[in-house]
Amino acid sequence: MTFETEVIWLDEHRAVTLAELVEVSGLTERELLELVRAGVIPAREAPGAQYTFSARVVTVARTACRLRDDLELDVHGVGVALRLLERVSDLEAEIARLRAQLPHR
Amino acid sequence: MKYTDYYAALGVERGASAEDIKKAYRRLAQKYHPDVSKEPDAEAKFKEVAEAYGTLKDPEKRAAYDALGSRPQGEEFRPPPDWSRQHGGNEAYSFDDVDFADLFSRFGGRGGGGFDGGRMEIPGQDFEVPVEISIEDAFQGTTLELNLSLTERDPSGQVRRVPHPVKARIAPGAVDGQRLRLPGKGGKGANGGRDGDLYLDISLKPHRIYRATDHDLYLDLPLTPAEAALGASVEVPTPAGAVNLKIPAGTSSGQKMRLGGRGLPKPRGGAGDLFAVAQIVVPSSLTDRERELYRELGEKAANPRRHLAEGA
Repeated sequence: MTFETEVIWLDEHRAVTLAELVEVSGLTERELLELVRAGVIPAREAPGAQYTFSARVVTVARTACRLRDDLELDVHGVGVALRLLERVSDLEAEIARLRAQLPHR
Repeated sequence: MKYTDYYAALGVERGASAEDIKKAYRRLAQKYHPDVSKEPDAEAKFKEVAEAYGTLKDPEKRAAYDALGSRPQGEEFRPPPDWSRQHGGNEAYSFDDVDFADLFSRFGGRGGGGFDGGRMEIPGQDFEVPVEISIEDAFQGTTLELNLSLTERDPSGQVRRVPHPVKARIAPGAVDGQRLRLPGKGGKGANGGRDGDLYLDISLKPHRIYRATDHDLYLDLPLTPAEAALGASVEVPTPAGAVNLKIPAGTSSGQKMRLGGRGLPKPRGGAGDLFAVAQIVVPSSLTDRERELYRELGEKAANPRRHLAEGA
């Protein structure tokens, strides 16, 4: 049977707590805090358990978990990979933005 | 079911050591991991490699796999009748609706929770699915009907594929890169574990006339030389319907005219803009009269390349 389901927008208007991020990402709290300290996952508020995050980082944290498990990386390796992936994604967005402005012909 | 040659997937010999299997996996995972790879078919390749490694890295699973013998890749086969029992499985295992990969999911390793009745909580699998929607869908909102397939485990540990239809209402405003989470819509949890989540990664399909960037839209607006020079009022399509746009006199090709709030709606109110990019279109063939008029215009026109000459 199919029925309509709740849809949560993972955007900056929604905040997630550290505990929620641990649950949905599969990373440990320690790993997450390490990525926050390294500036790879941006946190919103005071340190420690008070951290909240934009729901946008949910997919970043899940990617981190996949990289850790599938490529057997430690948290520092994951941090480097995430930084590079973010740069690639920013550049791709910039290219897409510029392409949209170019005429078709 | 079809036989999968896991050794071939990793490019190692059947007698390869655990260390060689690990090295081969790491090399291929770096190359094909879908989060980092731009190789064509990276996702499918990585899945094959991960499936092979998942079985061969675990001694118990590898022994069960080896006991199936060596067969050509893709050969149709069924495990021998006593195979499941010999490898610690359930005698009643039917192998109907079972994928080759599912055969080994019951043995050893973490998160097995199979026939030996582990009462450990096992969370359901999360899924991430890319979804393409049209610009019209992003404008109006849409209802997605996805036909996914999940692996489900019955109480005896038997694993099978089941269809998993999901219907989700996407409100207006989802654009490229928007991620959505559908809690509990992934795989079923076992022994009281939570159900998995479904994540949708939205992208917009290319459109015949609009090009989207975030919530802004761009479209090429062809103008005649006379409309561009003298100004005009022309009809411009927008997702909400056509509007009239006043073209100022002296418009050049490439000039952008902004129609504020005529782009895609934002999920929390407001909307992006629509930019009409002027494109002066010159007729490819002229009548005698037109040629005469253009010649006359040309004689009176200022030189638009004066600044190039000054730079020389």
